[in-house]
Amino acid sequence: MTEQDESKRHEILAPVWTEEQLKRRRQRNLAIAWTLGALMVLFFVVTIVKLGGNVANRTF
Amino acid sequence: MSNRAISKEEFDARAMSDGGMGSARDFFELLKPRVMSLVIFTALVGLAVAPGGIHPVIAFTALLCIAVGAGASGALNMWYDADIDAKMARTADRPIPRGRVTPGEAAAFGSILSVFSVMTMGVLVNWVAASLLAFTIFFYLVVYTMWLKRRTPQNIVIGGAAGAFPPMIGWAAVTGSVSIEPIVLFLIIFMWTPPHFWALALYRRGDYEKVGVPMLPVVAGEAETRRQILIYSLLLVPLTLLPAALGFAGWLYAVATAVLGAGFLWFAIGVWRSRAGAAQDMAAKRLFAYSILYLFLVFSLLLAEKMLGVAPMGPLSLS
Repeated sequence: MTEQDESKRHEILAPVWTEEQLKRRRQRNLAIAWTLGALMVLFFVVTIVKLGGNVANRTF
Repeated sequence: MSNRAISKEEFDARAMSDGGMGSARDFFELLKPRVMSLVIFTALVGLAVAPGGIHPVIAFTALLCIAVGAGASGALNMWYDADIDAKMARTADRPIPRGRVTPGEAAAFGSILSVFSVMTMGVLVNWVAASLLAFTIFFYLVVYTMWLKRRTPQNIVIGGAAGAFPPMIGWAAVTGSVSIEPIVLFLIIFMWTPPHFWALALYRRGDYEKVGVPMLPVVAGEAETRRQILIYSLLLVPLTLLPAALGFAGWLYAVATAVLGAGFLWFAIGVWRSRAGAAQDMAAKRLFAYSILYLFLVFSLLLAEKMLGVAPMGPLSLS
């Protein structure tokens, strides 16, 4: 494959996102990030609630 | 592989079909937020009237899982029904028919949320509630959407069970089991669903006819639908008095529900006595609107008694 062919192949495969698509992708990524952050907090809080006062009563 | 470079227009068209165009709001719409709100409310009542206590954080987690599970089944329903949604006025503006979200994206979104909501419920709340949630999602997607909806006029009678499970899941989140009380709450919503949806189908029958969904007015006719609405309403109203008869609701609930039930029968009789045309559509719209208020108030009464501490099973206990 010549160098010219290679560059043409990239021209076909490279994603050409429109401004609108980029904006929406950013929005979706932010929504996913906030959701994951909220889940992290939820799992942490529920763990503390379930452990309750027993958190310090571990046997070593 | 073709070496032809593609134009920007062609690429945009491919991007539309390949996905990547939906906004966060479009994905939120896939969760059917309005349906979800009634599901959350009835689940909250099931959770509140259950005996024993539940930590507020665990209660919140259970409600979140139920909400996300209900939303996930809504997204999967929109994925499966995209073809008929596009042809009905009521649903043509949904994200998939509008081309903002592809069917593949909706299916992936719904599947991931389904698994995640059930697993989270199991790990953080309990596995009885998680199993009920999983069964509800399965029932709504497979039994109602895929199997019954396009095959039989009994679709919403049997499929209505999916919408009736949330208070039972709420109850199971607290107690870790299912007893007669949540089954009564289940039966109330189960019996409420047919008159509610058949009232809608009466004045939207053209839509259902166009897409070949065998709703009762399309298959059995309007007169039979009006008769069935009355029969189910007559069964529903005494059923709503069962919580008082079984001792998990008090006098406030019994008296107020009897009055609300009389109102329901009034509107159902109005539909039954009407004849095809504008009068029937008006009567059906009235019953449909009242039915939403009715279910909301019946469940609100159970919650109110618990909050006020006048319920026979004692005040709400968040431990």
